[in-house]
Amino acid sequence: MARSKAASVLVDPLIDNNPIALQILGICSALAVTTKMETSIVMAVAVIAVTAFSNLAVSAIRNYIPSSIRIIVQMTIIASLVIVVDQILKAYFFDISKQLSVFVGLIITNCIVMGRAEGFAMKNKPGVSFLDGLGNGLGYGLVLLFVAFFRELFGSGSLFGYTILPLTRNGGWYNPNNLMLLPPSAFFLIGLLIWLIRSFKPEQIEEA
Amino acid sequence: MPQRDSFAGTLITATILCIACSFVVSVAAVGLRDKQEANKVLDRQKNILDAAGLSYGEFGKSASELSKEQIDELYSWVSEELVDLDTGEFVSDAKPSDYDAREAAEKPDTSVPIVDPQFDPGVDRREKIAKVYFVTKPGSDTFQQVVLPVYGKGLWSTLYGYLALRSDLKTIQGLTFYEHAETPGLGGEVDNPAWKAQWEGKELYDDSGKPAALVYKGSAPDGNPYAVDGLSGATITSRGVTNLLRYWASDDGYGPFLARLRKNESPTAGS
Repeated sequence: MARSKAASVLVDPLIDNNPIALQILGICSALAVTTKMETSIVMAVAVIAVTAFSNLAVSAIRNYIPSSIRIIVQMTIIASLVIVVDQILKAYFFDISKQLSVFVGLIITNCIVMGRAEGFAMKNKPGVSFLDGLGNGLGYGLVLLFVAFFRELFGSGSLFGYTILPLTRNGGWYNPNNLMLLPPSAFFLIGLLIWLIRSFKPEQIEEA
Repeated sequence: MPQRDSFAGTLITATILCIACSFVVSVAAVGLRDKQEANKVLDRQKNILDAAGLSYGEFGKSASELSKEQIDELYSWVSEELVDLDTGEFVSDAKPSDYDAREAAEKPDTSVPIVDPQFDPGVDRREKIAKVYFVTKPGSDTFQQVVLPVYGKGLWSTLYGYLALRSDLKTIQGLTFYEHAETPGLGGEVDNPAWKAQWEGKELYDDSGKPAALVYKGSAPDGNPYAVDGLSGATITSRGVTNLLRYWASDDGYGPFLARLRKNESPTAGS
């Protein structure tokens, strides 16, 4: 029983209960950082680390957190973790951290992190909370990569910076779709993804 | 230990949490600072090498693909100098390596307001003293290039970059931007190597010595020695690049310094 719970908190958020596709959380950064695969992966790893460790920390001290200040306690933990992640990126992935600019800092306000801390970690043991954080971070990361795949391929003709479709402005044949490089295109892609998921999983469709 | 939800319990938990969190944050910030500073310096050096075209010239690829050793080797050709922009004279009473022009541009006592300029760079103040870079290849007596930091407003953001001039001080060797937040694919194409390559060999000044380099709207006409192609879909960024180039080339910017340099004042005179 315990094992199946551990497995389900890790796997469920990938598709069945995806934080972006089902709960529609964390959209802001999903629009902002998904012009390239490379930045999306780093952003996804950063969010996975923050959700997993904030869940772990919140869960570990959940019995000592006074209920009157529990939200600010969670925020403090999340903010500290985000600063640490930001510092690590600046030290070891300088180029990418320059491209991600403020969006790493804005992980603090990503509803997924806060939502899991308040909704799951406050009621569950540290180990399983950690897995829940990992799972939700991975679910977020999957959507980011899905969106970034199409945006980079059709917007810049490349994947991970390697040219797939040579651009006309560099002497190739592909005329890139500039809409893909603008944030609204991520809205359309996320919308299409949600449509796709709900076609296969009709139980996700909400009552009108 | 007082009750969890009591007044004292709340205060104690909050205090312990704050101390623990600030400890973690401080350890990360202090422990990684050296590495971050080194990254910043390396990043600036790469951009200067790219503007001067040294990386392509020597290794055939952009500086971001070079190893640290290769960058150190190339950067040993570069010497940093401080220049008073109003007089155009070298400043010798400060060390170039300690000087931060961006910081100076923000402080009131080390910067001047930009009032009614001939070409509007879109920013309010500039530093009084600029840091410029001379490129001297080994075995050569005189410098081959001078690299000047330039900046100005595009559509969304201030573009920060480097302009490299050949030793005649009017032919552009290269222009690169190392920091901006223009729209990727539109204004963000200021980073496109194919677009940047057009600057090589363009004339910064016309025959009468006025700043003339520009980003054309549309394709630049063949044979125009001052113009590069406009960035399609990015009129305001293109205009911003023209304005900032001309501002820094004018007498409000590096004009006095370049005039002095033309009169054969050697770059080591001041230091």
